[in-house]
Amino acid sequence: MLNIVEIEHLTVQYPDVKALDDVSFTVNKGDFLGIIGPNGAGKSTLFASMLGLNTKYKGKIKFFGQDIRKSKDYLKEIGYVPQKPIFEKNFPATVNDVVQMGLRQESDANKIDEILQQLWIHELSKRRIGELSGGQQQRVFIAKALVNNPKLLILDEPITGIDQQSIELFYSILRELNSKQKITIIWSSHDLDAVNQHANHVACLNRKLFFHGESDEFFENDELVKQYSEASMQEHMHHH
Amino acid sequence: MQRALISGVAIAILCSVIGLFLVLRRYALFGDAIAHSSFGGIALGLMAGVYPLWTAYGVSLVSALVITKVKEKYNISGDASVAVLLSSGIAIGLVIIGISGGFTIDIFSFLFGSILLVSVNDTILILSLTGVILIVVLLLYRQLLYSTFNEEQAKVSGIPVEKINYLIVFMAGVTVVTSIQLVGVLLISALFVIPNVTAIMYGKGFKQTAILSISFSIFSVVAGILVSYIFDITPAGTIVLLSISLLAGTMGIKSAGLLS
Repeated sequence: MLNIVEIEHLTVQYPDVKALDDVSFTVNKGDFLGIIGPNGAGKSTLFASMLGLNTKYKGKIKFFGQDIRKSKDYLKEIGYVPQKPIFEKNFPATVNDVVQMGLRQESDANKIDEILQQLWIHELSKRRIGELSGGQQQRVFIAKALVNNPKLLILDEPITGIDQQSIELFYSILRELNSKQKITIIWSSHDLDAVNQHANHVACLNRKLFFHGESDEFFENDELVKQYSEASMQEHMHHH
Repeated sequence: MQRALISGVAIAILCSVIGLFLVLRRYALFGDAIAHSSFGGIALGLMAGVYPLWTAYGVSLVSALVITKVKEKYNISGDASVAVLLSSGIAIGLVIIGISGGFTIDIFSFLFGSILLVSVNDTILILSLTGVILIVVLLLYRQLLYSTFNEEQAKVSGIPVEKINYLIVFMAGVTVVTSIQLVGVLLISALFVIPNVTAIMYGKGFKQTAILSISFSIFSVVAGILVSYIFDITPAGTIVLLSISLLAGTMGIKSAGLLS
């Protein structure tokens, strides 16, 4: 089995808090990994480190067998969909412009059309990105992430502020990408039910990694689920 | 007159294109800051007996790069760093002018522009710099656009965002000094900002917006030069007022509900 990602003893120390504490896991080809954890569990720090945005970490991160400190080439094989893409609301870019930004090679209009059709946003291609709903914008950013045929798709809690119908469509798109196009997916969420329903692997993170394995193994273990729910509930109370 | 129009059109195109990136990066006053710092360079050149635009290029590029570095390193916000740069340039300029014996006609022509007096050599310089910068923008179009749209995502896509940021600042520095002859130090940011703000209200996509901005800018510059020539008034003020009237007209159309 081919290792797509290997995380070894990853620790990230911020001035006042240890954001990640000795986290190790691997992601294999074809995995659909749901990373769950309450707010402040270190999910965003984990992604920032994996994507080369945070370089102040201890431990080792390997993509496709290569240490990411040695080469940034791995980024070419990754599509990343941020939690809430930040851009000026009146930024003059059409859907087509945004997807094209993601395209590495010389502009290939057919490829863009194909992706837009696949994600049901073809009819929006000439609209300005800021005019679209949250769900539509999210699909545009998935399209941008997919336009280079990545081997791995990383999505950071991508359903914040999106209507139910768009969420369903989003999950069905992810499942299809994973099962038909064999794209490995790493997806962070705090929706336990959604992870149970869609992911085939689960990593349970709360600064430390509490669990990593097949999702059935996690969800059939009532003790683990209970522990996670309590931890996230406490965190929730703490935040309010 | 012909030289004024040719140089004016080149500068109009250049300022629109670079200005669009600056406006979208919330860096609208950066052009103004570099222009003011170049005032220090102009004063230095006049005092030293060197062609003032050369010293202006030097000083404005150095200050543009310094301010970007300072902003990065000390985490000073964009508008505050612009304010620092802006006042430093004027202060240095004033002190140098004081030392070398007060204001002269030359200083005024740099403050308010002197496009009708542009020389053949200046025209050639303006055209070549415009050509070079436009070629760089076309070659690095995706990198420039992507890092303006969202820095973090651009980084994840492997774009060298820091280098691109420096490149934009560098190109802005060159553009500002090149444009001093058209509208002068005090009105440069108008050329960077106003046509772009107007175009953003109309355009859907990036290229469409850029083309609209360039058109508005060329219209204001050409009409401004002609009107000022005919009525013997200052070109810089006329150009800026024309471009403001395009913006005001657009706002009117928009509030009348004729523009989505």
